Amino acid sequence: MLDIKQLGLRIGGRILLERLDLKIEIGQCWSIIGRNGVGKSTLLQTIAGLRDPDNGSIGLNGRVLPDWSPMPLAQQRAFLPQSHDDAFGYLVIETVLAARHPYHDLRYWEDSDDHRMANNALHAMDVAHLAQRDVRSLSGGERQRVGIASLLAQDTPLLLLDEPMNALDIGHQIAVMRLLARLYNEAGKTIVMVGHDLNMAYSVATHALLLMGNGEWSAGPAKEVMQAETLSRFLGHPIDVIEHGQRTLFIPRETIE
Amino acid sequence: MNGIQPVRSKRHRAVLFLVLLVALALISFLVAGMVGSIALPAAEIPSSLLQVFRGDATSMTATLLELRLGRALSAFVTGGALALAGVMMQALLRNPLADPYVLGVSAGASVGALAAMLLMCAVWVIDAAAFGGAIAVSALLYLLARRDLRDGTAAAGGSSLLLLTGVIISSGCMALVTLMLSIAPDGRLRGMVFWMIGDLSGVQLRWLPWVILIIALVFAAKSARSINLLAQHAEAAKTLGVQVGRLRQSLFFCAGLLTASAVTSAGSIGFVGLIVPHACRFALGPDHRLLLPAATLVGGTFLVLADTMARAILAPQQLPVGVITSLIGVPIFLIQLHRLRRR
Repeated sequence: MLDIKQLGLRIGGRILLERLDLKIEIGQCWSIIGRNGVGKSTLLQTIAGLRDPDNGSIGLNGRVLPDWSPMPLAQQRAFLPQSHDDAFGYLVIETVLAARHPYHDLRYWEDSDDHRMANNALHAMDVAHLAQRDVRSLSGGERQRVGIASLLAQDTPLLLLDEPMNALDIGHQIAVMRLLARLYNEAGKTIVMVGHDLNMAYSVATHALLLMGNGEWSAGPAKEVMQAETLSRFLGHPIDVIEHGQRTLFIPRETIE
Repeated sequence: MNGIQPVRSKRHRAVLFLVLLVALALISFLVAGMVGSIALPAAEIPSSLLQVFRGDATSMTATLLELRLGRALSAFVTGGALALAGVMMQALLRNPLADPYVLGVSAGASVGALAAMLLMCAVWVIDAAAFGGAIAVSALLYLLARRDLRDGTAAAGGSSLLLLTGVIISSGCMALVTLMLSIAPDGRLRGMVFWMIGDLSGVQLRWLPWVILIIALVFAAKSARSINLLAQHAEAAKTLGVQVGRLRQSLFFCAGLLTASAVTSAGSIGFVGLIVPHACRFALGPDHRLLLPAATLVGGTFLVLADTMARAILAPQQLPVGVITSLIGVPIFLIQLHRLRRR
């Protein structure tokens, strides 16, 4: 699906990432982990094609990103930005319907298929009751769920999510986690996401990519990469790994006296 | 059935509103034809209209009607252009409080027009100078702020560079305007001030503003979906396949051209480009597929009626129409602003 070659990222002359080689296959779910400002979002934006890489290239289905024209690319990958800033009072249903844009550039109004897709997406994210609300009147968590619903309505094989769990309550975090798991397990989607919750990442992701922020990185299956020692080094804080029944839990070591 | 809208209803609603607005526009033309320093009797209107359309307006009623309808047509195209430019500018800057003058395009036109007036040029030179001034400011803005009109996510934080550059250029132009007003001889001052406020009394019916308005409307209809996405979120628009840079440039170009054409025909008429889009968005929602044509029709109708008032209130004396639009616009705008803040 994705073929990242010798990728380098820089911001303001500072090197964030160097010589990243990564193959992401269909049906995998990658979690990008690292401290603040190490380039997690920058990397995700680069994969989305919102930003050019400073070195190297990113291939999608065997074609490098610059060779894709916008419409076909929009049918391949969807992107959830970290924040939503709404200047105008669109209805929730309108913002979700808008995600169907790549499928009918030449039509003026959406058709019934689009409405069905949008409604399914709203139901999947448990926000169908908000459909006629002004997006500016939503709470942070509701807005985030509507954002994810738009992503689902775009119906692409590749999903890129920047902190999808942001502002969600515990119940909806678990629901989104289950949904993501179903998407790559059953629906054959590929997912790349950024998140700060190690437990969440470990239980939903098949693979992990750790970023140091000075060019260094480590990638592989989640079970191999997410070890106490490696995580502690990349996150700059000691992390304990605890086995709790069937589950593996990650707990930051307490340092407050 | 929450959220499940009958699919057709949206289209039907749009068509219904547009038909209604066209009807209102026609009524406003009728009012503009009948009202004035001499009120025309309704009984004579049909036969006189026929004369006007046939091109031999010989009776007094028909002559007056022809004059008034000509002026109403100019008012309509000016108001429509201003409102359409306002919607485009608000979408481009992602700011519902932007107006077509905010970037200084009209200030550039004022500098051109007032300089021509100061030099006692012919009317067509004044028009050309106003148009030239508007285009010059647009070009300067484009050069200085082209980073904001590009594709990148660098501008995702808002089009603040473009907005700030526009505000600064605008105040620079206004300084030049003040300078010219202060050195102008008394005889020419009145004409200059009227031009600044916006006045339709000397306007002649021309084709160019109509051509520009229709081209802009065609562009608006073609890119209304993309404009919706841009207004929602620039980053999301790009991941949904919109060529954000090209769309921003087209919007900038269209809005600039519309403003230049409106300002050239009638001077800088305030508030039409701000309150009409605002009121339409309030009543019809922010979907640009309906908002763009609706605001154009409402803007045109509003200016036709405002100009009729400007002719009629102190008849036979004529007020500059910009006074009327501002007097109506300020309270409406304040009310809307407070509603917005209360939410």
